[in-house]
Amino acid sequence: MTNIERSKRRLASTGKKVTINGAQILLQSLKEEGVTTIFGYPGGMVIDVFDALVREFSHDFQFILVRHEQAAVHAADGYARATGKPGVCLVTSGPGGTNTVTGLATAYMDSIPVVVFTGQVPTPLIGNDAFQEADIVGITRPCTKHNYLVDRVEDLSRTIKEAFTIAGTGRPGPVLVDLPKDVLQAPGLFEYPRAALLPTYKPTVKPHPPSIKRAADLMAEAQKPVIYAGGGVITAGAHEELRVLAEMTGFPVTMTLMGLGCFPGTHPLSLGMLGMHGTYRANMAVSHSDLLFAIGARFDDRVTGKIEDFAPHAKIIHVDIDPASIQKNIAVDVPIVADARQALTKLIDTLKKRGHSAKERKKLKHWHATITAWRNEQRLRFDRTTEIIKPQYVVEKLYEITRGRAIITTEVGQNQMWAAQYYLFDKPRTFLSSGGLGTMGYGFPAAIGAQVAFPDKLVIDIAGDGSIQMNIQELATVAQYKLPVKIAILNNGYLGMVRQWQERFYDNVYAHTDIMAAPDFVKLAEAYGALGLRARTTAEVEPMIKQALDTPGPVIMDFIVEREEGVYPMVPAGVSMKEMILA
Amino acid sequence: METRHVISVLVENKPGVLARIAGMFSGRAFNIHSLAVAPTLDTDYSRMTIVTHGSQQLIEQIIKQLRKLINVVKVQDLTSGDYVDREMILIRLKATAGKRAEVLRITDIFRGKVVDVTHDTITLEVSGAQGKIDAILELLAPVGIMDLIRSGTIAIPRGKKTLRAGGADQ
Repeated sequence: MTNIERSKRRLASTGKKVTINGAQILLQSLKEEGVTTIFGYPGGMVIDVFDALVREFSHDFQFILVRHEQAAVHAADGYARATGKPGVCLVTSGPGGTNTVTGLATAYMDSIPVVVFTGQVPTPLIGNDAFQEADIVGITRPCTKHNYLVDRVEDLSRTIKEAFTIAGTGRPGPVLVDLPKDVLQAPGLFEYPRAALLPTYKPTVKPHPPSIKRAADLMAEAQKPVIYAGGGVITAGAHEELRVLAEMTGFPVTMTLMGLGCFPGTHPLSLGMLGMHGTYRANMAVSHSDLLFAIGARFDDRVTGKIEDFAPHAKIIHVDIDPASIQKNIAVDVPIVADARQALTKLIDTLKKRGHSAKERKKLKHWHATITAWRNEQRLRFDRTTEIIKPQYVVEKLYEITRGRAIITTEVGQNQMWAAQYYLFDKPRTFLSSGGLGTMGYGFPAAIGAQVAFPDKLVIDIAGDGSIQMNIQELATVAQYKLPVKIAILNNGYLGMVRQWQERFYDNVYAHTDIMAAPDFVKLAEAYGALGLRARTTAEVEPMIKQALDTPGPVIMDFIVEREEGVYPMVPAGVSMKEMILA
Repeated sequence: METRHVISVLVENKPGVLARIAGMFSGRAFNIHSLAVAPTLDTDYSRMTIVTHGSQQLIEQIIKQLRKLINVVKVQDLTSGDYVDREMILIRLKATAGKRAEVLRITDIFRGKVVDVTHDTITLEVSGAQGKIDAILELLAPVGIMDLIRSGTIAIPRGKKTLRAGGADQ
């Protein structure tokens, strides 16, 4: 019988709390939180936790040992995006903590619930420049929703409860908890609080009824409405409600990069993605709209372009759970601070009661025709006659062969935009991509996280030859845990997105974006015990994808693609969304 | 239009809270003109008085971002109502015998206090609203200011409006 069991039994029989150490309290608290998977990397200051993990909690948690702490956070983030549950990381002090910074900033920008536990030097040494000491709470303050240094074992379980509450509620985000070694070793009483006591933290989730009424009024009057939906719809689990609202009103829906999957990409009312590399019809529709219904989106500069020219004729309704997102970049007519699902439910009820339907929908006939004309005028397109592989063709084939049912992660750059344009997502939590921070190296570890969460689902990282090298060491992780992650490298020998900007705006001076000096990805896969495949011609693409998907283990697909292909449409930074470069 | 705003922030009195507030201002490129902070009557909390400048939209954003911080209990833009604000200065002047009388006369007019005197310097304590502080500094400048320490503005709303944790927000 372990100490924990003994303590629990004693607790049950006598009602007395029993002493265990901080490391055990941490793991027991995670168990109480329902955590089943931990991503991490050991080190001197967390050795007690790893010891307890193996000796006493090996049946409670699946631990995934990554090869770099950054990947642990991205994997936990991918796990969180794919499941909706918070991702959990455990790393050591000093460099262990500093290596998590990019992962935290990525999760912070995209509002992803991740809880990172870092070891810390013993409390008497803090501030003494001890070995592997870093002020990780200070370092991560601006890239976490909140963070803690636990300096007494008595505060440990309460702090963990607070960390999970803060990470997962309101506008979610990463929380870091720093744990000095003496706290992890100190004896303490285990009692897990049922709820966090956070009197200063009360996210508004219920919409203000008069705002819903005003929104409904505007929606009834609209002649050229557009719904602009973002990641908040996915976070709130409001995709069904969004579909109901769109179908009921006949309003077309455009999605942000973070919003892909919150509304079916194959739905007749879907306009696809908007913004810098959005579809022609989405950007035209927003630019000509008379009502923009923004939900769970934050008017990012990659979406709005020149803010003064964004949706210039539209009244704007903005639903967001974060009051600070509203009126931040753009003045809106109807601000609604609320959870997306609650707001949509109330709005649907209100419109139903008013009998919103046939009459209003009829008014939109002309608007739908205009949008169809825009679609036919400028569809997403690429040259289909070449023998050299077009990267868009690879994504299109991945979509066809997987029938849109894979979980897709991406790196950042051209690969990310082509994935967003050519793979249609019908379900939420199937497109995992670093939208806000734009973190190259995100996609592969995120795919690991998603694959761990869903061992039987097909998970594909659509990558570039630049990005994949930023966390390539994780091939060892997929090999160790036999994770059947598939990596599709769109290999053009360039840091392609920057090269595209250099071509457009910097007189074709390709300053340090040529990365032809790369490893042989097929041999690299083999070196890690994975399968490596390469395609050089368009004809080879389809059979190779099929072979890769039929392989049970991890596979790298190296597609040697057209070197200087660009992502279009493209709106240069800081100009109006109507001014798209089409090819 | 850029205007001066006095924002009163009630925070939990815990380590690192000042760094969170200061970091949020610098990270988001918000300006802090002055900041004064000390524990309240209930020492579980501290009060910060922040003076900043900006458009209405910017001030609204500052207040929202402050409210997002977990350790922030309450944020109030005092400028939107009736309030009293004061700043204290300690000022050392080059005041040899010939100038001393004038310095003392000015100090008297502004209800300041002499807190230290040497053969050739005089140190004053003056408190008041910003206009008064600006005025005395202007008058004393020709005498020769050797050192000036300002406390930053502190402020309290007039009447019964409370700044305490339990009181209504705004």
